[in-house]
Amino acid sequence: MNAAIRVDLQLIADMVEPATRALDVGCGDGALLAYLVNFKRVDARGMELSQSGVNACVANGLSVIQGDADADLRDYPDDAFDYVILSQTLQATREPREVLRQMLRVGKRAIVSFPNFAHWQVRLRMVFGGRMPETPSLPYKWYDTPNIHLCSIDDFRALCRDMGVRIERAIVLDRNSKPINRPPLLANLLGEQAVFMLKRD
Amino acid sequence: MQATTTSEAPLDGLADAERKALARCRHAILGRDRPLRLDCGVDLGPYRVAYQTYGTLNADKSNAVLICHALTLDQFVAEQHPVTGKDGWWDSLVGSGKVLDPAHYFIICINVLGGCMGTTGPLAIDPATDQPWNLRFPVVTIADMVRTQAALLDHLGIPDLFCVIGGSMGGMQVLQWAASHPGRVFSAVPIACAARHSAQNIAFHEVGRQAIMADPDWKGGDYRQHHTVPARGLSVARMTAHITYLSELALQRKFGRALQDRDALGFGFDADFQVESYLRHQGSTFVDRFDANSYLYITRAMDYFDLAAAHGGVLANAFKDTPTRFCLFSFTSDWLFPTRESREIVHALNAAAANVSFVEVESDKGHDAFLLDEPEMFRTLAGFLKGAAAVRGLKLP
Repeated sequence: MNAAIRVDLQLIADMVEPATRALDVGCGDGALLAYLVNFKRVDARGMELSQSGVNACVANGLSVIQGDADADLRDYPDDAFDYVILSQTLQATREPREVLRQMLRVGKRAIVSFPNFAHWQVRLRMVFGGRMPETPSLPYKWYDTPNIHLCSIDDFRALCRDMGVRIERAIVLDRNSKPINRPPLLANLLGEQAVFMLKRD
Repeated sequence: MQATTTSEAPLDGLADAERKALARCRHAILGRDRPLRLDCGVDLGPYRVAYQTYGTLNADKSNAVLICHALTLDQFVAEQHPVTGKDGWWDSLVGSGKVLDPAHYFIICINVLGGCMGTTGPLAIDPATDQPWNLRFPVVTIADMVRTQAALLDHLGIPDLFCVIGGSMGGMQVLQWAASHPGRVFSAVPIACAARHSAQNIAFHEVGRQAIMADPDWKGGDYRQHHTVPARGLSVARMTAHITYLSELALQRKFGRALQDRDALGFGFDADFQVESYLRHQGSTFVDRFDANSYLYITRAMDYFDLAAAHGGVLANAFKDTPTRFCLFSFTSDWLFPTRESREIVHALNAAAANVSFVEVESDKGHDAFLLDEPEMFRTLAGFLKGAAAVRGLKLP
């Protein structure tokens, strides 16, 4: 068992109470799932778009099905999980607002991480480069990016306000994946990505 | 209920194949004290259940695995078949060093109710008349099959199962087990199956049944009294069914338009093409090991299977509050039980917030893939079982 996982995944894992129920939407290779199962005794399930990812997870003893956030969250009953997790995927969904609503219906809490489109590197490249941004957290060309609904940290806060969703925690990470503690205006400039824990109000 | 050894069993009236099968496996006579109430309303009993086991039940009885067999298979999972002499039908999965290793699990496979390898079916003698049941045998369902299996586990003193696994009709039984006895099923692996038999699948079965019943040697089901065998009808039924087990690609790759033992078309109706010869062979060998009436009953059981209908029309209700861990498998080229059928089950399990994994295996071998060497299935199934064993506290090496 390897305890080392990506910093943003570790931050998410730290938000999850032990021995709870969690659904990781877009669980990829299952790194977060395995951590939650092995180190926090969480009844953790996964959903992953690629069948090869699903098979790799199942071969590791994880409970994972093929599916995507837009289409398949609606199958689950209300309050099926303590947490529904969506890491680095919200910006690739067709209807992010509906996905968030479903996450908070299915889960008592939602944990969401996403790249910040107002990060200074993005702004510089757009304003002075006149080109679509390509940064470590947004590595794609404009024509092959899966990211169709990018937002800034402040945009996300506004959506939560609009939806009447309570932000229980917000952690903003800099370029080195270190948490930064700055007022919102600066956080929205210096943060490369953010992790939010949300609750229905 | 009381156990009998092979020598005490009422073996009279057995067909030759059944006699050979019973000599090589275990069986129990159940339902003496309390008959089995079938879905059709008939009380059946006593009845015989033939089964085979591999491995040993551990001290805390936590390592039992039930394999549910498909339509024309039987309890001889991992050994030479007493009738055909062929290797076990799931040798690829069950055996020393395999995913289901008898060194770790107590593996049970039970011939289904209505079958013809030792478990009571239309071949058996009706105690009320001392004549073979033939078509007077009550129509049985998948749920009835599971009832006899549960009764056998009671008889053997096995409280619950670490895993119930099966493909095709075996997968239907797995789903029925999970729905009927959620507390007795720790993990469930339905492979290449559906929660209800589709119109197309019923249609194929009906062709098979009509072929049997159109055979003059079928004699209204009483062929044994007439000393005939509806061999032509049963073999046509098998030929039709066999096509549905393969993919178009697999057939094309295996046979193409290759000719059988000839260089040119024969301008007649012999088996010019290899694919014809192959199907004829499949049909004629099937007749030696399978009973025609049994084929009618078991295909009917599959046709009648509709798990949602039995739960108010909502499949998720069948799995309400289920504690079972599920892992479903489908194969990309299976058109008899296509992936979308498995996906419907997954949706229902999600709606019940069940613990479920679903693996679609890339294979061009059609429905039969579940019986073949599919490393992706073995790898993922091994992982699933390992994860389930860890949660159950079952020690595996």
